[in-house]
Amino acid sequence: MRVAPMSTVTATTATTATTTDHRLSELDVLESEAIHIIREVVAEFERPVLMFSGGKDSVVVLHLAAKAFWPGTIPFSLLHVDTGHNFPEVLEFRDKTVARHGVRLTVAKVEDYVQDGRLAERADGTRNPLQTLPLLDAIAAGRHDAVFGGARRDEDKARAKERILSLRDEFGQWDPRNQRPELWNLYNGRHTVGQHVRAFPISNWTELNVWRYIERENIELPPLYYAHEREVYRRDNMWRSVSPVSLPREDEIVETRTVRYRTVGDMSCTGAVDSTAASVADVVREVGVSTITERGATRADDRISEAAMEDRKKEGYF
Amino acid sequence: MTLVTDTPAPFITAEAPLISEAPQGTLFRFATAGSVDDGKSTLVGRLLHDSKAILADQLEAVTRTSQERGFGGAAGGIDFALLTDGLRAEREQGITIDVAYRYFATAARSFILADCPGHVQYTRNMVTGATTADAVIMLIDARKGVLEQTRRHLSVVALLRVPHVIVAVNKIDLLDYDELAYREVEASVRQVTTELGIDAAAVSVIPVSALVGDNVVDRSALTPWYDGPSLLELLETLTVIDDLDENGRATEDFRLPVQLVLRPQGAVVVAPELADDYRDYRAYAGQVASGSIRVGDAVTVQPGGGTSVVTGIDFAGVELTEAFAPQSVALRLADELDIARGAVIAAAGTLPGVTRSLDAELFWLDPRPLAPGARVLVKFGTTVVQALIAEVTGRLDLTTLAVEPATTLAVNDIGQASIRLSRDLPIERYADNRRSGAFLVIHPQDGSTLAAGIVTAPGPLTGAGDGSGAGSEVSP
Repeated sequence: MRVAPMSTVTATTATTATTTDHRLSELDVLESEAIHIIREVVAEFERPVLMFSGGKDSVVVLHLAAKAFWPGTIPFSLLHVDTGHNFPEVLEFRDKTVARHGVRLTVAKVEDYVQDGRLAERADGTRNPLQTLPLLDAIAAGRHDAVFGGARRDEDKARAKERILSLRDEFGQWDPRNQRPELWNLYNGRHTVGQHVRAFPISNWTELNVWRYIERENIELPPLYYAHEREVYRRDNMWRSVSPVSLPREDEIVETRTVRYRTVGDMSCTGAVDSTAASVADVVREVGVSTITERGATRADDRISEAAMEDRKKEGYF
Repeated sequence: MTLVTDTPAPFITAEAPLISEAPQGTLFRFATAGSVDDGKSTLVGRLLHDSKAILADQLEAVTRTSQERGFGGAAGGIDFALLTDGLRAEREQGITIDVAYRYFATAARSFILADCPGHVQYTRNMVTGATTADAVIMLIDARKGVLEQTRRHLSVVALLRVPHVIVAVNKIDLLDYDELAYREVEASVRQVTTELGIDAAAVSVIPVSALVGDNVVDRSALTPWYDGPSLLELLETLTVIDDLDENGRATEDFRLPVQLVLRPQGAVVVAPELADDYRDYRAYAGQVASGSIRVGDAVTVQPGGGTSVVTGIDFAGVELTEAFAPQSVALRLADELDIARGAVIAAAGTLPGVTRSLDAELFWLDPRPLAPGARVLVKFGTTVVQALIAEVTGRLDLTTLAVEPATTLAVNDIGQASIRLSRDLPIERYADNRRSGAFLVIHPQDGSTLAAGIVTAPGPLTGAGDGSGAGSEVSP
């Protein structure tokens, strides 16, 4: 049989099949682990869905899914909770990527909930915590019994305690004190009516692993992950972009700086960092020598308290 | 407003560890274990801190909290336990509740650390951490020596066949770095590991002080009588895979539990002009559980006992000549066999048949005790079947390490049971194959994971595995 290049995924492999010592590189091991998890979930669940924001972690999970089912198409749809405050260039990238993979995307909009009063705008203007209700409604409406996410354990100390397959009750709640033990690579996805499972195939990846993989696999990302000039002002010790939903106060000085984003979320709470890393290789180098964590550098909502992420997760956040 | 006093912290500093400039190495997984108050979280925090894996904002947060709580300590006023105790209740109570995973890298390799709590649900968490670990670090308080908890943990390590055991004899500073006191603890450790049948070469014993940092990252000048490596040096040099022979060939036989059959028919992602080549594409997707396989090798498939030859190994569009554990691949075979999820593809002649029963060692993890005659589900590889726990035949007395008679098992017990299966399965001893010999016991109604099981003896073969036996697979 002839082997064709993949049209949607760059066909590369870092494994040297002829090596005498059989050890795989770190990325090879993590990649195979993630593909195994994705295949298990697809085999054991009726209606999986992937939470896809266009951010680097969900883009990597989508890429792994494409590899897991090659030469077939990805056998599940995507779901995005749009806060209404997303970066326009990320939404554009999201739609382009979805089209390229030939998958279906459902968008749940926080804006709809704010408009009809089901959710109230917060005083601080951030909409990140407001995503939970539309997410749970979309999971129920789609009758999804498994929800893939790109969350990683190295992101946050609450996420460090998360299982790869994490059971949620009908309120989407995470009970960190009562998690199923996870043994060998035998994942137990059994659940009862109303429950669903969150599946995190890249749980064991670090930020640096993700970037090295993006480099190795030549994966395209939204442009704001790379250094660019932007009108910004300083707030909460990070650079905020000037936009209709994140306007500077009178005492905040707007300037043009060369920045990039380490995480891409709601514009109202995501900050940029000073950076000249314009290519993937530059970013890999930069992340490797960074002295600040990804969320610490860029997420205002995780600074509210020491347990901000834990509290959101217990309520059904991903 | 001026920006001078108020500029964001620099993203890069000159002192930062140059991780990205190190060659991409291998991944090493280890777990920690020990009793409450042995200083486990402190050791982990020290390891992360001294290997420069704690980033500035994390350290700042931990330092702030330590000072708010009036933590004195010799570690510069930093309570390292706060680095891994991530849940609100853990920080409030000063204990570790659940396994926390931490990631760090040195110039030599990258590490995944499963920090397992030492109290109440210890067996449950310890088993969770140990099943995927290349090494377990057992922490012992040098003043207390080997306790019952130590024996329990070492029993788990021995039964699960964790490749490397590192016993860290902690708080050596509180014994004034006394060699004789350390040698006494070391001797009792060696005695227990020998009793448990752990290969002496797989056991390392190190005197450390997690609080002060002796022999954690750097070798300590205060233990001149200890000539071994520091804890980190050991972690950097232990072998990742224990089942390769001197020629680098896998010693365990090839096994691939089939996850699903890739049969895209028309729905392919290849270029349109090539789509016709893939109309009849059929491959068996799974993660290689053990061993290796090459194109051209003969294979046996169980249940069913069918034989064929590997005609191709695909990894997302790349053809490999060989696949080995733990790669996730798709195998193409020369013959059309009846292969579905749950089947095991094995090197020809290495998986003789199937059975309906087995004897096992069970690590009971659920708060509800095991009732004799319980109907459960078991998950082997990619198969879930109904099963009956016919009889509990014994329980390990963790004080004497002897097997005592028992008829039931309670949470944290390690016991022996005979199990009958509703369906023929290809089952192997855990001692022969760590992946094919491991299974989960699952509650049939609420889906809880009740126990971790390892096969000690498969029952008599019920056939060459033609799959004709009655019984049914449980749909997920």
